Amino acid sequence: MTASNIAGTSRKLTPARVVLHVFLIAFAIIWLVPLFGAFYSSFRPFSETVNDGYFSLPDTFTLDNYRNAWEQGDILGRYWNTALVLVPALFLTLFFSSMVAFACSRFSWRFNIAFLVLFTSGNLLPQQIIVQPLFQMYNRIPLPEFLSNSERLNGSVWGLIFIHVAFQSGFCTFVLSNYMKLLPKELNEAAMVDGASVWRQYWSVIMPLTRPALAALATLEFTWIYNDFFWAVVLEQQGADRPITSSLANLGGEFFTDDNLIAAASVYVALPTLVVYLALQKHFIAGLTLGSTKG
Amino acid sequence: MTKADAAVKTAKRRRKGSQFSGRDRTVFTLMVAVPTFFHVMLVWVPTLASIVFSFTDWKGFRFSDLNFVGFLNYQQIFTVFEKDFFQGVINNLTLLVFLFLGPTVLGMFLAYLLDKELKGGRIYQSIFYTPVVLSLAVVGFIWQSVMYSTENGLATELFGAGGEVNWLGDQSFLIPFSDNYGISKNFIAILIAIAWRHTGYIMVLYLAGMKSVDQALRESAALDGCNEWQAFRHVLFPTLKPINVVVAVITVIEALRAFDIIYVLNTPRRTQVLSILTTNNLLGEGGGNVGRGSAYAVLLFLLCIGFVIWYVTNHYRNSEFSK
Repeated sequence: MTASNIAGTSRKLTPARVVLHVFLIAFAIIWLVPLFGAFYSSFRPFSETVNDGYFSLPDTFTLDNYRNAWEQGDILGRYWNTALVLVPALFLTLFFSSMVAFACSRFSWRFNIAFLVLFTSGNLLPQQIIVQPLFQMYNRIPLPEFLSNSERLNGSVWGLIFIHVAFQSGFCTFVLSNYMKLLPKELNEAAMVDGASVWRQYWSVIMPLTRPALAALATLEFTWIYNDFFWAVVLEQQGADRPITSSLANLGGEFFTDDNLIAAASVYVALPTLVVYLALQKHFIAGLTLGSTKG
Repeated sequence: MTKADAAVKTAKRRRKGSQFSGRDRTVFTLMVAVPTFFHVMLVWVPTLASIVFSFTDWKGFRFSDLNFVGFLNYQQIFTVFEKDFFQGVINNLTLLVFLFLGPTVLGMFLAYLLDKELKGGRIYQSIFYTPVVLSLAVVGFIWQSVMYSTENGLATELFGAGGEVNWLGDQSFLIPFSDNYGISKNFIAILIAIAWRHTGYIMVLYLAGMKSVDQALRESAALDGCNEWQAFRHVLFPTLKPINVVVAVITVIEALRAFDIIYVLNTPRRTQVLSILTTNNLLGEGGGNVGRGSAYAVLLFLLCIGFVIWYVTNHYRNSEFSK
């Protein structure tokens, strides 16, 4: 921002700038066309789209698709399923990874780097090498009925929460440890002189200073966990218990004949992440870049 | 000795030999042990188990049905199922090359343009980034219907010459390598959808990198009479090295373990990448073949892990952590 104000001349509209804008507008249109096509079709009956094509003038403009998708797809129930997994998974991931990052970046001990390597590489593994043994393990761990209808870890929200926490804490530990490492070393020493316990140093000294990184990771992890498809499809075989994102695959089967209904359902699915992205864009982009520019 | 002196002394002792008090020691151990327990039990133990399963003929029901068969699964992959496997590897590598030549170059270029502080730059940035926050299930649906629908998708209307085009079902090779191997037409259609989603991600990474480049550096390049390309090639690009490394890592890892969007768009499940081969073998229609599926997973893992370890150890060796 400041750079452009200082070099204020750079905003003059030269021919080169016009070419540049034309180029960017052309690409922006290419990027928007698929989104617009889906959004537009969600307000039209499918028969009309089939007869006239996706990009034709509308005869009918209707909210029927939204009404039907809401009822038939049980959108509210699916949002609830998602929230049951997402909220605890998000908090636990940030809590766990901040503790590991704190212990490994604020103190030097024999295996601190080894632990960071373990967590970071764990997050980069292909999920397919994890999934079958995980499924078998979950299938053999019983849960009382009041915790899970399946009476096993498999098919319960807990199973999904745990794997999200275990897998995502790899990336978060990586980012948070890079961030905490750059905080002044004297913080811990001063706290120790004051007689603060390890827990107080973590919770009252380091965590408040890590807030920007935590906010950035929270927005990023929100969309990643929300958008998860793989774990939910494999570990949540009961369609009714599935989070909203993975249930879209089922909707495709149930309403195979009506793509515009699925388009409306897709808008429901996309809405929370779009809202979070547009509202917290700054944190979002900070989160992506924290992992890359620091360190 | 005053109280403060004593405290300083304890602090020094702690700093030197991590001599925590008993309670601090317990707390510290728990802070590392509990998250590590979850991570190791649910990520690394299953990984090791997959390696063990890959040497068995297990079908996934009772452990009593499990027999060790040595390298049989691997041998079968390279002889009986070689076509699936090598075509999968070709597709993964095609995706890798494509991600570098397509989305990475385009994303870097868009970042370079947006870095010029244009009017409306934020709007362009939001537009290019939106597909990244969408679920792959949604992205898959959008391309399947709006763009690639056989009768009335936009791609059909623009390029179909009035007829129908089966964009996602045509497995004939556009670029054949031999009779059996090549890059199929429907895989290219999938690649275009992937580019649409991936470019914004790369763009944002580079944009952040460019924003942190010292303004004085650019001005001196301009004063020295560098043209646009020279300034980019010799001044800006070398300073982006950390971002280049991250983008390279993301690209390689994403290309090797790519799953969701291909899974959604590839409805007859014939155009394979390694992750889909693995998933189909593990949970496929045939009830699952844990042994062979695990062998596929291990091969995928071996392709990834060398690169992962190289990157991660390099990162911690060269960063603040080694100081």
